[in-house]
Amino acid sequence: MEYIKLIPHLFRTEYSKIVAVLGKRFGFEQMEIAEDIASDTFLAAAQTWPLDGIPPHPVAWLYHVAKNKARNWMQREYVFKHKVSPELRVGGSGNPASSGIGPNEQDIDLSAKNIEDSQLQMMFAICTPVISPEAQIGLSLRILCGFGIEEIADAFLSNKETINKRLFRAKEKLREEKISIEMPGVREIDERLDTVLRTIYLLFTEGYYSMSQDSAIRRELCFEAMRLCRMLIDHPETDKPEVNALLSLMCFHASRFDARLNERGEIVLYDDQDTSLWDAELIGQGGYYLSRSASGRRLSRYHLEASIAYWHCIKEDSIEKWENILQLYNRLLQVEYSPIAALNRTFALAKTNGKPAAITEAEKLKLTDNHFYYTLLGELYTGIDNKKAIAHFQQALYLAKTTTDQQLIQQKINRLQGV
Amino acid sequence: MDEFVLIMRHPDGTKVASPEQMQIWMKQTMDWIGGIAAQNKYVGGNGLVFDDSKVVRPKNVVTNGPFGEIAEAVGGYMIVSAESLDEAVEFAKGCPVLQGDGNSVEVRKIAKRDGIH
Repeated sequence: MEYIKLIPHLFRTEYSKIVAVLGKRFGFEQMEIAEDIASDTFLAAAQTWPLDGIPPHPVAWLYHVAKNKARNWMQREYVFKHKVSPELRVGGSGNPASSGIGPNEQDIDLSAKNIEDSQLQMMFAICTPVISPEAQIGLSLRILCGFGIEEIADAFLSNKETINKRLFRAKEKLREEKISIEMPGVREIDERLDTVLRTIYLLFTEGYYSMSQDSAIRRELCFEAMRLCRMLIDHPETDKPEVNALLSLMCFHASRFDARLNERGEIVLYDDQDTSLWDAELIGQGGYYLSRSASGRRLSRYHLEASIAYWHCIKEDSIEKWENILQLYNRLLQVEYSPIAALNRTFALAKTNGKPAAITEAEKLKLTDNHFYYTLLGELYTGIDNKKAIAHFQQALYLAKTTTDQQLIQQKINRLQGV
Repeated sequence: MDEFVLIMRHPDGTKVASPEQMQIWMKQTMDWIGGIAAQNKYVGGNGLVFDDSKVVRPKNVVTNGPFGEIAEAVGGYMIVSAESLDEAVEFAKGCPVLQGDGNSVEVRKIAKRDGIH
């Protein structure tokens, strides 16, 4: 019965490797074939292992079966092509490899090195501005992380049909645009890496802030994002300061994963978090990658965000802490504006320069369609003008979309009204 | 939305502030810029160093520094985007440079490369 646990585990770790190698070999033209062969391989395992027992080397077994299936497909493909146009010479995607034996160039290479290279190249191919960020994340989850369509649908609070369509269109677009699965040249790598990092970070935030009720899936999204980032760091060409900064940032955030949700899956605010639930090991890793990121000339948004996250891992309030956070937000906003950074910056300003100064600044932000904006104003007015504070919280309540947010805001109103 | 440059001027660029004063001034400047950036109106900017400055005049005449001969030295500039000149002026009013007597911030609209300006 051990296979019941083993197969899903291997699926998670090996499916994406097989798809990457086959996909790299066949190109986006035949991406679906690569996915089908990988799926069929696991189907074969699920059918035979219960009867014959788990093979002594399950991973090698899977690779062997995948190779055979790929070879058979390539052979059929070759024969088909020859019947349709006999004069057609041997193309890149098909050669009979006659007996199919021997380490000739037609052999599918499932060595650790080639798996790693293929996954990395696949990552660059998928993270292209040619397709939308949602499509990049979806394809990354499917092809690089081996997520099922249903799991992706859950993570996006969507349904299988929508996700299937989205992935199908994305793959079509990659074919139309003739996106090749290869490493960008040394000169392009920084620019292309920007998109890759953005996708990885989106994948992470999708998990971290997802409204999906399934906390296991959310956690997996976060850890997959971290795994992909670590893959970049393991590769000398992509082991760049900003990649380390991004991993550091994700480690710091992930360290609070257990503390930020209670048993009922509700958000626990930073101030109320039980610090004993913070993961010290992840905080340590965050520090390690942050120090590794401190080289080069470019101060990326990830450097700044990682430094902010670092300060948040120190629970004790001090002027020094908030002054550092404020200055980091000041710089982050110059590098890249976002409403949430603007709001957080103003919160830090209240801690260093006092609430009245922060109110003046907050009112200039005019983020009037954002419930966090009114929550911030409510917080700032609390203790200064509680009537105004309540009015702002009520506006926030009106704009809040999730029940979790609504509950949090209602609690604040109740506290002010002495309920 | 137009872009404006805020040009910060000091009557005497040779004055040296104490490290404590510098630190306060740095924080104020960073908070000022951060406040504009938080409104998504910051475009760019730089402080200008008073050392290593020359003035180049016609006929290859090069003199040391802008100080002495010119009453006001430019200490830095910032580019903001704003709905109107008035909004850009409001941003300028917050500039910590204005705490010094005689200092000023000049607000100028940046010409669009549209063939008209």
